[in-house]
Amino acid sequence: MTRPISRHLAGAGAVLVAGALVLTGCGGSGFADEPAAQDDAAADSLTSSDDPLSILIGSSGDAETDAVTEAVAAWSEESGVDAEVQVASDLPQQLSQGFAAGSPPDLFYLAPEAIAGYADNGSLQAYGDLLANKDDFYPSLVENFTVDDTFYCAPKDFSTLGLVINTQLWEDAGLTDADVPTTWDELSDVAKTLTTDDQVGLSFGAEYQRVGTFMAQAGGGLVVDGAPAADSAGSVEGLEYVQSHLEDGTFAYAADLGAGWGGEALGKGLAAMVIEGNWVTGALTNDFPDIEYTVAELPAGPAGPGTLQFTNCWGMAADSPNQEAALSLVEHLTSAEQQLAFSEAFGPMPSSQSAAADWTSANPDLTAFLDGAAYAQFPPNWAGTTDVITDLNSQLESLRSGDVATILGTAQSNLEAIAE
Amino acid sequence: MSLLATPRDAGYRSGPDRARNGAGRGIRRGEAAAGWLFMLPVLVILGVFLLVPVLMALWVSFSDWSGRGSPLSSGVGFVGLDNYAAVTTGGGLAERDFGIALRNNTWYVLLVVPLQTALALFLAVLVNRAVLRGRGVFRTAFYFPSVTSSVAITVLWLFLFSTSGVVNTVLARVGIAGPNWFNDPSGVLHNLLGALGLRTGPDALTQHGFLGVTWWDWLAGPSVAMSAFVLMAIFTTSGTFMLLFVAGLQNIAPEVEEAAMVDGAGAWQRFWRITLPQLKPTLFTVLTLGLIGCWQVFDQIYTGTQGGPGKTTLTPAYLSYQSAFLSQDWGQGAAIAFILFVIIVLLTILQRWILRERPDVPRRARRGGPNPHPNPDRTTEADR
Repeated sequence: MTRPISRHLAGAGAVLVAGALVLTGCGGSGFADEPAAQDDAAADSLTSSDDPLSILIGSSGDAETDAVTEAVAAWSEESGVDAEVQVASDLPQQLSQGFAAGSPPDLFYLAPEAIAGYADNGSLQAYGDLLANKDDFYPSLVENFTVDDTFYCAPKDFSTLGLVINTQLWEDAGLTDADVPTTWDELSDVAKTLTTDDQVGLSFGAEYQRVGTFMAQAGGGLVVDGAPAADSAGSVEGLEYVQSHLEDGTFAYAADLGAGWGGEALGKGLAAMVIEGNWVTGALTNDFPDIEYTVAELPAGPAGPGTLQFTNCWGMAADSPNQEAALSLVEHLTSAEQQLAFSEAFGPMPSSQSAAADWTSANPDLTAFLDGAAYAQFPPNWAGTTDVITDLNSQLESLRSGDVATILGTAQSNLEAIAE
Repeated sequence: MSLLATPRDAGYRSGPDRARNGAGRGIRRGEAAAGWLFMLPVLVILGVFLLVPVLMALWVSFSDWSGRGSPLSSGVGFVGLDNYAAVTTGGGLAERDFGIALRNNTWYVLLVVPLQTALALFLAVLVNRAVLRGRGVFRTAFYFPSVTSSVAITVLWLFLFSTSGVVNTVLARVGIAGPNWFNDPSGVLHNLLGALGLRTGPDALTQHGFLGVTWWDWLAGPSVAMSAFVLMAIFTTSGTFMLLFVAGLQNIAPEVEEAAMVDGAGAWQRFWRITLPQLKPTLFTVLTLGLIGCWQVFDQIYTGTQGGPGKTTLTPAYLSYQSAFLSQDWGQGAAIAFILFVIIVLLTILQRWILRERPDVPRRARRGGPNPHPNPDRTTEADR
């Protein structure tokens, strides 16, 4: 008889408890606080306080962690502001949590595809125009981090894609330095020469981030001059070129060779050439120290040379209590001298033009990567781009048997839906 | 207060007496408060970690919260069913992704739930036989995958099913060229149809669809990559469910079986007509847990494939995470989670209805029989 009553009581109690929790537990911790409104005009009113800085990075390994920690510690000693570097295990998730809780890290690695989402909800502090070394960055990198005509954050470094060649397999096939391909036709020829029963001529990952170079070389791309161009004639021509060689077996996706990525395919001798970026040098040294390789610029297509660039920036949180110190730290971390030290420690190229000469003399074998900076394309940084590229990649995996026009048509309509 | 009561008082107060006196008076009046006090820790923990987050997520699914600051702050607006509409009728990428995720997970459930239940039952019957030597060893061995972390098993699976991995090596030994498991986005059914010469579907199927996915693509079957996950789920969860079935089997009185033997029933008949009907409550538990677990599959995808290849291992649970944390579409992510919740509840109700006790079954007598196992169906009927 008493059961229904006690049930009602339990229900009421649970609601009461929950309500009390919402009111007490959550009210005090800034849950109900309105995020401070930030607009572009307020960019020169950075916050300032004595609070220590927290820096969240997505590290590629100990080398990168140590280098960043060391650089931040040096700045800390000089400026007297405490700063702590944390390595994220899942950067996007940890950032999102920080923004939602109102306690984000002051500075963090930020990828171009994530910038629009965070900029739209006001999580980011735009500080690009306040940088003393603003004019030293490559223009294409600045453009990569510009949303709605606001230069948000300083590019921390960058990489481009090049043609990485296994020297041994190259010579075994009777090829010389003079045979390094500079056009699509030459690429087709050497790929055919290099293809044997055990290896393919050229390999790369089944993704826009590699295949897109061919679209760029034919004058296409996902976005050209600010407008979606996924189904332009150039894009179609680029993909059809790739498709024809996937069919004749002189090109192959790394996954189809049983390799996780291009570098592994090259290291295992499954492919004589791969399309990879600066990171390949460190990976080959670690995993395949015996492999000898040379790096060349990607061959030019019918519309000239083309490659893709990849970069991250130092994002600054709008909720950071000590943005002035953070700005000073970014200037330190992106100085030519510091970027050269980073480059030596873990690979990517300095985003400062003034560091180019020093970098070239320190890395004479890798200049092809830096030369690519002059004409590199980059994926759009619109909100929702990640989904579009993921969708495109899912179709590129079956490019060999797929229909190029359909694949690019889908990408085009997806891009138009998010175009700004 | 009740400490002062005499034992005689406490012992002889009867139910109706209490009801007449009401809650406020009598020697038991302190008990309700004490009861609440003892329940408080659980209520607080459940409230803070379960009820409040669920309610907040429900609110987020109806709001335009952008991921910054509190979802309860005044700047966050109510947008009604917009988020639900975007993933179900939006016509864009969000709808198609949700359709693909549902397609993938439906095939996963259709394969994993029956197969893991059958395998678990088979293993349980095997290790339950009194004549089997070293039963303990087998039980431990079968249960072992269940206690191993799913992340560890996923990594193991990635190695086993890599292009040049153990599975393909073994297949090569017997003359089969193994597929490129985790990189093969082609649907198993499509491949079978392709082998029969049917490579493109009829217009009736390819021109129309549901949730942005054509019927032909709905019928693709699980991709080769998803099949590897199906095998993994069966491998890891069968042990857990075997344990439930073993418990159920040990609750079955041997007399019934002996009676059936006397009546001349063979082993096969005894299993289908004696053992299985008595395992119905356990079967319900196993199917429900299996169904829920399968619709929530996340960690394998997160550590293994992140939805690839070709989005064929994308599941609603992973899509929800991806929309919220990676694409900053928090409302859509929460909406997907609640649609998934509704799907699970509906399917559980459906399954409960299918497995209900049918009143016209002549063997009613066994209700009074020696079956101490709690029967969920019976409880409902009593409540009604």
